Amino acid sequence: MVAPAALRVVRCGGSALHGARAVFSLAGGRRAPSDPAGPSRPSSLCRFLLCASGDFVKMYSVATEELVRLLRGHSDLVTGVQLAPHNHLQLYSCSLDGTIKLWDFTDGILIKTFTIGYKLLALYALPTSEDSVFVIIPKRGERDTFQLASVKLTKAAGQDTEAKEVSVVLEGVDVSPKCTAFGRECEYVASVKGTNLQVYFFKRKQLNRFSLRAKTAKGGNNVFTCVACHPQEDCIATGHADGKIRLWRNFNHKKEYTYSTLHWHHDRVMDLAFSAEGTSLLSGGVESVLVQWHSGSDCKKDFLPRLGSAIEYVSISSDSTFCCTSHTDNRITIINSNLRFSKTIQGLIKAREVKTGLVVDPRTKALVLNGEPGHLQFYCLQTDRQLYSLDIVQQEYIHQAGLNQSDLVRVAFSAQGKWLATVEERKETDLELQLKLWFFDEKTQSFKLNTRISMPHEDRITAMCFRDTDELEDDSLMLVTAGRDCVFKVWVILEDTDPEAQQSLSWSCDFVGSYHNYQATNCCFSEDGSLLAVSFGETVTVWDSSTWDLKCTFCHPPGKIRNICFGRLTCSKYLIGATDHGFLCCWNLLSCALEWSAHLNIIVLQPDPLSEHIAAVSWLLKESSLFVFKPSEPRPICIQRKLCKEKIQFAAFVPRDVPETIGSEKYLWLRRSQLFFLTDRQELMTVSTKPLEERLTLSSKQLAVEESLPVTAFSLLLGKHRHQQSQGSVDFGKVIHHHHEQDSPAVKELLHTPAHVLPSASFLCPIFINSLLISKENKSAEEVPDEVEMESEEAEDDSDEENNVTETKQEDTVPIESLGETTYKLSKSEEKELRKIRKVDYSWISVF
Amino acid sequence: MASYKPVVIPVVPKLGEKITQDTLYWRGFKTPVQIKEFGSINKIDFSPVSPYNYAVTASSRIHIYGRYSQEPIKTFSRFRDAAYCATYRDDGKLLVAGSEEGSIRLFDISGRAPLRQFDGHTKAVHVVGFLSDKYRVFSGGDDYSSRLWDIPSATEIVSYSEHSDYVRCGCASKLNGDVFITGSYDHTVKIFDTRTKRSVMTIEHGHPVESVLLFPSGGLLVSAGGRYVKVWDVLKGGQLLVSLKNHHKTVTCLCLNSSGQRLLSGSLDRHVKIYSTASYKVVHSFNYATSILSLALSPEDETIIVGMTNGVLNVKHRKPEESKEKSQKKRQPAYRTYVKGRNYMPKQEDFFVSKPGRCILRKYDKLLKSFQSSKALDAVLEPHIRLYTPEVTVAVMRELNRRGTLRSALAGRDEKQISLLLTFVTRRVIEPRFTPVLITVADMITDIYQPVVGQSALVDKQFLRLQEAIGREIDYQEELLEVLGMMDALFATLTEKRATFLEENKTNGLTKTLDRDMSI
Repeated sequence: MVAPAALRVVRCGGSALHGARAVFSLAGGRRAPSDPAGPSRPSSLCRFLLCASGDFVKMYSVATEELVRLLRGHSDLVTGVQLAPHNHLQLYSCSLDGTIKLWDFTDGILIKTFTIGYKLLALYALPTSEDSVFVIIPKRGERDTFQLASVKLTKAAGQDTEAKEVSVVLEGVDVSPKCTAFGRECEYVASVKGTNLQVYFFKRKQLNRFSLRAKTAKGGNNVFTCVACHPQEDCIATGHADGKIRLWRNFNHKKEYTYSTLHWHHDRVMDLAFSAEGTSLLSGGVESVLVQWHSGSDCKKDFLPRLGSAIEYVSISSDSTFCCTSHTDNRITIINSNLRFSKTIQGLIKAREVKTGLVVDPRTKALVLNGEPGHLQFYCLQTDRQLYSLDIVQQEYIHQAGLNQSDLVRVAFSAQGKWLATVEERKETDLELQLKLWFFDEKTQSFKLNTRISMPHEDRITAMCFRDTDELEDDSLMLVTAGRDCVFKVWVILEDTDPEAQQSLSWSCDFVGSYHNYQATNCCFSEDGSLLAVSFGETVTVWDSSTWDLKCTFCHPPGKIRNICFGRLTCSKYLIGATDHGFLCCWNLLSCALEWSAHLNIIVLQPDPLSEHIAAVSWLLKESSLFVFKPSEPRPICIQRKLCKEKIQFAAFVPRDVPETIGSEKYLWLRRSQLFFLTDRQELMTVSTKPLEERLTLSSKQLAVEESLPVTAFSLLLGKHRHQQSQGSVDFGKVIHHHHEQDSPAVKELLHTPAHVLPSASFLCPIFINSLLISKENKSAEEVPDEVEMESEEAEDDSDEENNVTETKQEDTVPIESLGETTYKLSKSEEKELRKIRKVDYSWISVF
Repeated sequence: MASYKPVVIPVVPKLGEKITQDTLYWRGFKTPVQIKEFGSINKIDFSPVSPYNYAVTASSRIHIYGRYSQEPIKTFSRFRDAAYCATYRDDGKLLVAGSEEGSIRLFDISGRAPLRQFDGHTKAVHVVGFLSDKYRVFSGGDDYSSRLWDIPSATEIVSYSEHSDYVRCGCASKLNGDVFITGSYDHTVKIFDTRTKRSVMTIEHGHPVESVLLFPSGGLLVSAGGRYVKVWDVLKGGQLLVSLKNHHKTVTCLCLNSSGQRLLSGSLDRHVKIYSTASYKVVHSFNYATSILSLALSPEDETIIVGMTNGVLNVKHRKPEESKEKSQKKRQPAYRTYVKGRNYMPKQEDFFVSKPGRCILRKYDKLLKSFQSSKALDAVLEPHIRLYTPEVTVAVMRELNRRGTLRSALAGRDEKQISLLLTFVTRRVIEPRFTPVLITVADMITDIYQPVVGQSALVDKQFLRLQEAIGREIDYQEELLEVLGMMDALFATLTEKRATFLEENKTNGLTKTLDRDMSI
């Protein structure tokens, strides 16, 4: 399958986790189907958290925060996830592609797909109406008007059914799923939009509208942002844009309604949720504080502050033991019922703006970029997890709109990953800059602040790089920063000889260079560290790094230099530059002349650290294209047009652990390192030649981990018992036979498939009986391996090791017992004959 | 989940003198006691035995002082003219002194009249001392000769006339009872062995030698003369080890501390410098009112005594060690309160509930955590923070500014508080490390309280003082810029000669100074 090696763009790093409210599965849910006799483990261990993520629904284990399953099937953004009200092992999900899918999430099986034909923007499944769900759909013919409709889900057999019975319940609802909520025993539905609250009573078919003035006398903003209904009483809680929460009562009367106000949030209330008994109300907002209001007394409230970033959704499990908050930076926090922080589920954290670019940590090979505000996230690409988050700014982050906070703008690692340099800036009336140098402490395995330099430059720092020499000498290490204040500065380590000083190493400025008072925009060291290239406006200057003499200058007027980099290995005599007038130039450092140039609007230029290849991404006609070339030849090795529709901001080559085998010569540059890039919408992507399936197996293998984690005393006991059993089966050949029958695919299927998806018993009976019959030679040999393969997929999912062991046994034993031998012999004899013939033939030819 | 992060107080590296262990040690003396003598003090010598009295030779008298006494315990005044160099013997019982008339007298500490008198020098004797065998005395005189005397018989044993100028200093080896050293104005230091007829070694100092000193080990010799202190390795045949030039006038006296780790030198330039004998770097220095002629350090470095040309004896005693009795007085909780619950071994079925580590926040941090910005500002305007750690005050102001609540924190204050704020701003706004923040603060205060100007004389006065301080600073900065301009011109003329190389240096140096200006 190597032949059709076309380059494909693959998303990685996961999409946003905050597409819709996350849902907790019920406690005591049936556990991994692979062990039918399996004990019911403590309820918290069996819990799953289901959330929409891009086109997928992700299922996480609450106990281990591990991704357990990925439900894929939708072809567009998933907008709603709801547990099926009558079977808590099933899940409804709706998507912009106009379908509602019913899943069995414990097994990851898609049970049914209902095609609606509208874009579905939210989904509500109610316990009272068994066969219909409510969805928010856009109104036909009108833009930006949405309506709440109920959809009858037919019980017809078959995987794909069309549900066309759509009846509109409410007109003019808000698009956000937070703005509609169903009340006690589904007697009414409340929906807010703008400054209007409308409540529709299903039984009486009565619609009450309440509206507030847009502005209060005190300047508050009365616009509704979200709504939640009390599960037991007639009470509606609404959140407002000025941070107030109103509790509405008596709203079945048009005039005599009352409301009380709770006010703590200083900004927009993002989401509200009542606990299952309605004793408390949770609210979250931009402040990233989860507030718990107790219903008894108005003023009593509890806080869980500093959750990291603005809260987008709040959801509570049906028994109130857990709640979770989805955050705008792509993260879910799981919180205990007593408002204690429990776990977080996070992938690639989306910063508001990635300014640092993609940097690879040489030590862990992790991708490093802006994370939480003021933090640097180390993101492991292999496991799709954040390794750790390094606090750079070390200031309390105030979650408030319109504040200028310090932000991380530049990051550089030294070649061995021993030193890390970071630049943070805060721009108010005047600029505050800090350059920090961090030393990797082997003992604590973390970076430790070594030197802090305030105002290293008078203006913004545009580029920063370490001299990348691979030698372990510390005195050769230097850092160059280029700033808009028209200079570049060279920083070196100073050793303090005083034995009583606290630290012996510190950094200080060694040299300041400038060129005709132009702003320094880029800097880059050659591979051996002997030359430094700094671009000033339209000119690239090349400096000798030992004497700091200006060696030569290059320019390609009229464009200003946008990117520069040196060639590597065999191409180290070339300097590549891209100008903002759309030229890619290659200068020869030996002859000091332009070698070649190409007319391309390059926005990203990224050399591969392990080879001489350079990747350049151009932006033309609203499309990004990728060019990979060697500086020595002007013809690119690989051109990939229409890489993606989004503008690519940054790119990085990440070295592979094991060189990949790549068939096509065109893609040899991908052999040793992989190219990742980040678009301006913060989607992390990579290019790959492998077909889709191969990649996916990787992620499904992760599932195995989850199984092995929670170990209880009973499971240990049981495991021991089973282990003995399997031991025994090795010893006595007879038992193998027994096992083989037990584990025949039909029986297994019968035992392991959840009961609610099984066909009727009368249908299963003959299969079951058949499977119990002792098979005759041929039949089993033909069929078993085939089915085993199918089974093994499931087994992998269920990841029960014991089962795997026995299965391999089975595969081993089957051919020996049955017909294997005869065919084998035949082929051997045939081979012998063939050999003879060949020998004769060859000798004959050679004589001739 | 992150906890509250306290306000970061930026640490600015201190300019000027670094505080080291040495500075702490040598600063640990009380304010000096001044005792007036009759003439310039040419020698101070400590008795080597307890209670460490010391003999001060000034004019025609030798005064013996007790350790803490301001008045002399005893006085020897049997000299017609000036007395010189009263020196104790090792056992502290005998004292020998030279005199202007050329005679050397030996006193018993308990007696009054001299026990012996050695006559022989034809001119003034400026240096005398005991050899370490206790029974002989060496001397050097202005008649260019160095002589050796026998105490029991009061006779001259040997006379060396090798120097060609006044002999003004000398010392005896502590290890060898036969060796002594003299230094002379003929720029040489000579080492004599009493068993030989001639000097065994001559060291050329290069300047009139004012003082010599032998290390307790006997291997290193220190000589002082002119502005130089030189250290010689005697065992290597008088090789120069290091030459120290830290004084800008003649060095007159040398002294070692009790551990032998530090060398002290006093000079006419009114300084005493302390060197480390490992690195020969100056680790500390003292300033005195007038030129220093003599210097002594008591055993255990308890007292430093300096004698000066105007006859003032400056005595510094070490401060007593901080007594820890105070803390002991406070009743500690009983031991069992500490171990309460800590020695409990959890059983297997127990759940272990860990106690979260408590982090202690400062008062202003607590207030900032609960967003009480005005109170937080009040907290850092408390006198002890405002006066001793202004960086904390400024850091909190910066934090409030970052949170956008500085204006509301500054507003709504009464006359006394405004005046206090303005005093702080006026005083600190000229410090470069605080300037950026405090200018914002000053701006806001003037903005907020503009309408009430003229209502309070106190506040108006403070505003005027602020204006004055800023005006002065602007003038000062202008002057600095002028100097920079001049330096630029100078560098420009230099670069004409050596075009390429110096251009870089120029930018380097200038931006560095500017950097300092900005960031410190």
